[in-house]
Order: sequence, then structure tokens, then C-alpha cells
Amino acid sequence: MEHIELFFKSIFIDNMVFATFLGMCSYLAVSKKVSTAVGLGAAVIFVLLVTVPLNWLLDQYLLQPGALSWLGEEYASYDLSFLSFIMFIATIATMVQLVEIVVEKFSPSLYNSLGIFLPLIAVNCAILGGSLFMQSREIPTLGLATTYGIGSGIGWFLAILSIAAIREKIRYSNVPPALRGLGITFIITGLMAIGFMSFGGMLTGGDDEAPKEEKTVKVDSKLNTEDEKVIANNIKVNE
Amino acid sequence: MGLLSKKDAALIKDPLADNNPITIQVLGICSALAITAELEAAIVMSISVLFVLGIGNVVISLMRNIIPSKIRIIVQLIVVAALVIIVDQVLKAFAYELSKTLSVFVGLIITNCIIMGRFEAFALGNGPWRSFLDGIGNSLGYGVILIIVAFFRELLGAGTLLGIKVLGDPIEKTGVYAFGYENNGFMLLAPMALIVVGIIIWVQRSRNKALIED
Repeated sequence: MEHIELFFKSIFIDNMVFATFLGMCSYLAVSKKVSTAVGLGAAVIFVLLVTVPLNWLLDQYLLQPGALSWLGEEYASYDLSFLSFIMFIATIATMVQLVEIVVEKFSPSLYNSLGIFLPLIAVNCAILGGSLFMQSREIPTLGLATTYGIGSGIGWFLAILSIAAIREKIRYSNVPPALRGLGITFIITGLMAIGFMSFGGMLTGGDDEAPKEEKTVKVDSKLNTEDEKVIANNIKVNE
Repeated sequence: MGLLSKKDAALIKDPLADNNPITIQVLGICSALAITAELEAAIVMSISVLFVLGIGNVVISLMRNIIPSKIRIIVQLIVVAALVIIVDQVLKAFAYELSKTLSVFVGLIITNCIIMGRFEAFALGNGPWRSFLDGIGNSLGYGVILIIVAFFRELLGAGTLLGIKVLGDPIEKTGVYAFGYENNGFMLLAPMALIVVGIIIWVQRSRNKALIED
């Protein structure tokens, strides 16, 4: 039950892109076509799935205050937590390198289509963010850390897939020239983030999220105009 | 600008507007959006990036001829990680409350694409002094957007700037609140950051038609 809860929480409520804005750079840069978006999304799921549990082990047995006590009594007072950035990024860089080698060996066509984006996963903040959130939220077991890794990977995949699909469609819409490309993508992502906020009450029954909902009601009229603009544009094109 | 030649001055001026890292180069978006609910956090974040990018660019530029190109990503990551650890420890020592607000985002400067992007695009091919100017220019451009976004979000969302109540007191109904103004709490939530940046891009591209895509 704990696993299922964390799984859905990391996909929908704490969605990497919409709730914490992690991995936005590659999200914006690679979301022009659905096919590349799927490839990158899958790679991100895999890397998160491997690095979060690995970093959990590192955190548990090396980095936390007192984590070195398995070496002997005299090491128990050491606190290496300031090293966590370097350790985490080293794990991630190594894993990305490994993924690159494996993909190149077994699927050269996928390797060629991903191109420069594979090494860029190493500097995707969603990956490091996954490990840092795992550390700061104090996820208790290795199993839960794995669930968290795969869940947030799927959440990121979902986000990039949907924005890529929308961007493929929006090419046929009449967007104001100054807003074309980057601007409209930002605004759509904002609207999608508002949509994802409604998942907030999914696991709690909405009780402790009540004040948030009140806030959304106030600006509803503004949102509608934004939506209406998009709809109106679509109608124009269809005519 | 007696100190700088015209070419060097351009390194600082360009990223502020027409080659802005956030709105044009699309780098370093994550942190720009996540920590802009308060002006103070945005300013501290900009200063941290200024420090890391300025020094990191110089270090990479000094080492550019001895780094083998195959492992350059790892070398760059290590340099950034070391600098970020310094920033993180300084923040924890002197501004503990603020470092709690920034939470993991200080650590995420490591993977901030502005840093890697400028290392790759500039520091690996230019001398230390020009790299330093480039680092300063780009982090200032980043900071400008951060501060604009945070200014509007904090002002409209909480009615304060840097924690000072500039619009009057919402509970005792003084200042603008006397006329029936209400804080728009929605501005403090995550999605509005995206929409504010979208609007900034819209304004910028309407003023400078050369930047329009397609």
C-alpha cells in the first residue's frame, strides 16, 4: 500500500515538471517531436530507476551523519553529508555513461536518434533532483526509493509526452507571432501545471488541500479567457 | 566603459536582453521558476549563480587545454560541484532560514544548464578574462529575469517586497486593501511562475521582432 501510494504521489502530485519544475530545460528543448520525446523520456525513467536506489545506498551507508558506524565505533561521529552533491553527481555521470555505451552497443538506431540528448541526461536536473529529494524527504527503505525513482521518471515521461503532442498540434493554430515557440509552450505548461494541481487531493481526499482550491477559484475568470483564446484560435483555423 | 573594450562590454550587455540565457537560450529554467515566490530567495539565488558561474568559467577556461574532450563533462561537473558545495555551506552558516527555503535548489545549481551551457559554449574556447566577463554577463541576465518574476509574484501574491508590506496591511485593511484589493494567492503557486515567464517572453519578442521564432 505504501508503495502504491508513493508511486502515484510521485507521478501526479509531486510531478517533477509541474510541481517542482525539474528538468525544464530538456523538457522545453526536446519536446518538439513526439518520437524524440518518447526516447528521452524512457532514458530518464531508466536512469532515475537506477540512480535513486544507488544514491539511497550511498546516503545510508556513507553520507548521513553517523552513517559510517558500520565501520566501527570510532567512525560514528563523522558527518560526510557535505559530500553528497559530488557523490550523487558522480553516480549519475557514471550511470549515464553506462547507458550510453549499452544503447550504442544494442540499439545503434535509437542511439543515433537520441544524439546529443543522451549525455545531456547527466545534467538534467530531474535526475539529481530525484536523488536530492530522496535525501531530504528521508525515504526509509531501498524498496521505497526504487518506487520513488520509477514513479518520478514516469511522471516526467508523461509530462514531456503530453507537451510534445500538444506542440505538434499547435503548429496548425494561429498563435500571436511574438508568442510562437517558447512563449506559448511556457503558458501551456503553466495551464497543465494548474491541471495537475487538482491531483493534490487525490490521496488525502482533498481535506488538507482545501485552502489551495479556494485560491484557484478566484482567478478562474482569467484562466477561462486564456483557454477561450486558444479555443477561438482553433476555431478560426478550422474555418 | 573605459575599463572594457567594446567587444568585452558586449559580453556583459548581450545576455541582459537580446541573448538572455532564460528567455532566448532556454537555459536554467528550473530554478528560475521554482524559487521565485519570494524576492529575497531570488536575489540570493542570483548571487549564488553569479559566484559559481563567474569562478567556474575562469577555472574551466584555465584548464581548457589540458582537459581531454572525452571526460570533459565529468571534469566540469566536479568543478561546479565543488563551487556549489562552498555556496551551500556558506548559506547554511550565515543564512540558515533562507537555505531552508531554497532547499534542494542550491544543489541543483550543479545541473543548472546555464552553467554547463556556458562552459561548453564559451569557456572551452576563450581566455580567462573574457570567460569571466561572459560568466558575469550571463548570470546577470539570469538574475534580471529571476528578479522580475519574483517582484511580480511577491507583490501580487503576498502584497510584500522583501518581506516589507508595501501595499498596506491586508488584515487591518489599510493602504490599497482599503479600496477592496485582495492578494492573489494564486501568484505564489507554482504554475503562475510559468505563465509570468511566458508573458515576459511575449513582451520581449513584441518589442524586438527579430527574436520571433518560425
